[in-house]
Amino acid sequence: MTGAGPTVTTADAVIENATPTAADAAPAGRGKLVLGRLLAARGAVAGTVIVLLLFLLAFVGPYLTHWRYTDIDYAALRQPPSATHWFGTGGLGQDVYAQTLRGLQKSLIIGLLVALLSTVVAGLVGACAGYFGGWTDRLLIFFVDLMLVFPSFLVITIISPRLKNTGWIAFVVLLAAFNWMITARVVRSMTISLKEREFVRAAQFMGVRPLRIILRHILPNAASYLIVDATIAVGSAVMSETALSYFGFGVKAPDVSLGTLIADGTDAAPTYPWMFYFAAGLLVLFVLAVNLIGDGLRDALDPTAESGRAPSRRAARLSRSTRTPKGSR
Amino acid sequence: MLRYLAKRLAYYLLLLVVSIFLAYALSSASLNPRAYFEAKQPRPSAAAVDRQLTDLGINDRTPIVERFGHWSSDLVLHGDLGQSIHDTPINAEFGRRIWVSLRLMLVGSLLGMLLGVAAGAWGAVRQYRISDRALTIFSFVVLSTPVFLMALFLKNGAIALNQASGHQLINFTGYETPGLTGGFVAHLSDWSVHLLLPTLSLALGGLATYSRYQRGTMLDVLGSDYLRTAEAKGLTRRRALVKHGLRTAVIPMSTLFAYSFLGILTGATFTETIFGWHGMGEWFINAINENDTNAVVAVNLFAAVVVLASGFVADALHAALDPRVRH
Repeated sequence: MTGAGPTVTTADAVIENATPTAADAAPAGRGKLVLGRLLAARGAVAGTVIVLLLFLLAFVGPYLTHWRYTDIDYAALRQPPSATHWFGTGGLGQDVYAQTLRGLQKSLIIGLLVALLSTVVAGLVGACAGYFGGWTDRLLIFFVDLMLVFPSFLVITIISPRLKNTGWIAFVVLLAAFNWMITARVVRSMTISLKEREFVRAAQFMGVRPLRIILRHILPNAASYLIVDATIAVGSAVMSETALSYFGFGVKAPDVSLGTLIADGTDAAPTYPWMFYFAAGLLVLFVLAVNLIGDGLRDALDPTAESGRAPSRRAARLSRSTRTPKGSR
Repeated sequence: MLRYLAKRLAYYLLLLVVSIFLAYALSSASLNPRAYFEAKQPRPSAAAVDRQLTDLGINDRTPIVERFGHWSSDLVLHGDLGQSIHDTPINAEFGRRIWVSLRLMLVGSLLGMLLGVAAGAWGAVRQYRISDRALTIFSFVVLSTPVFLMALFLKNGAIALNQASGHQLINFTGYETPGLTGGFVAHLSDWSVHLLLPTLSLALGGLATYSRYQRGTMLDVLGSDYLRTAEAKGLTRRRALVKHGLRTAVIPMSTLFAYSFLGILTGATFTETIFGWHGMGEWFINAINENDTNAVVAVNLFAAVVVLASGFVADALHAALDPRVRH
């Protein structure tokens, strides 16, 4: 909802300049326009660069050192960062650099998969509830409300004893299963207003089947929201994952994630900070970068969204009259 | 308005009953109290294990509906939540821990909300000045830090501070100093010092979330015609902002308030465990590790009541602030 901090003035200038040109070159417009706005938002650009660098670090970084995350250097216990061990070593002589990168890999993959899965589910459930209405709607919304009664942390923790031997993929499914409800509610309210529109009506009268209408006409029109939401969901999924793993209910040995690394380093943090702060810092950095991208995307995809832009009074009035109802988020 | 609220209340009660049954079924299916008794030394006979499990009402060989029937009728008729796996009454534990958690959650969430709404509105009025930008950057960083990590950062900071000063300036373990002597004032200040870090770790998240949303809605309101009208008819800018601006801008927050309790509950679980508060969250994590089904269900009941009650309060607030909802 807020702007991307210091970047907004430039974004503003670009938007105001870009709007008339986009109208001139209407056919090629939208993609270019969005990209232009995104590039003008410094926060989003910085976020993208950070995320790319982190991916590079996670997947190429391990090849830069000959230590593997399972290696143990008995000659170096709890050593501070040095030329041999870039991030220092842990209590058993593990190389913290190799371990952190391994954990980063797992956390990044989990975050992406969870966001993808939960957004797909949210889009389908929300659109079905809104489109079909009646009892379908009532049942689905009751189900959504039911899932929202308990914090996902509680439910996943309860199920976790059953998942001892299933590995991290089951954990991904579980995280996604409890991460889609609020998005689904928003998609539902968007669908309710979309289904009265002419193009949906036209499709209905031509006899297009409901599921096809949802996939072809409803969801593409909710795409802006879904893209932004999926971006933010990557960050929140990584946060849930690390929290659960920290308490021993998520990723478990032999797998490592940022959460398990932070848990291992917690007690050592005051005396051996490198065992804690590299993992913790990378976690915050990644989520921050993702949030910046999400915020920039929101501004770029939906210039009428209540962002941190300073609208002139006229622009503000215009935006109010053209905004579609969005529910709460 | 009463009709609307009564309808919402009935809906929440239905949700409560169904969700508690599901939580009961899920906990019973997932946890394995039998293993706890079978692991005892000397190993009890199968019949003895069965008898103990049946006594506690958690025998997995009794059909789930029957177990739930017993449990819920005890709860409704006698207000009895059953026995823990160590055969101690859940009620006593529940009564002790609920206040510890509620103190943390209420202070943390209210503080976060009030500060957040104030900061957001302030940021919107001062849009693009240094203070607004600093606030935005601050909330971005806080929102990107999971609550458990925030708690750990604060804890490490306090340790460093205590070491640097050589005194125990900030006490962060537990919610009071055991065996503290002195009067009411000494106890009160002891409480507040202990409350400081756990509350901060909860409140900072709330502050960041609310300020972002509040700033957005407030910016919308600032450009509105009715605010200009209010000023034109002679209200001072401050009065117009507070009476016409803030009130409208707070309405969407009430929905956020309901959802935020999900996060507060989770956050309280983390902070309690990290700061050694013997509250519901710590109990929950211990109970999971001990396969203590009845205790897990009790914490779930607490969570469900807190979430649904906050949902109901949000509905009531929404109806009170926005006349359109009342029909």
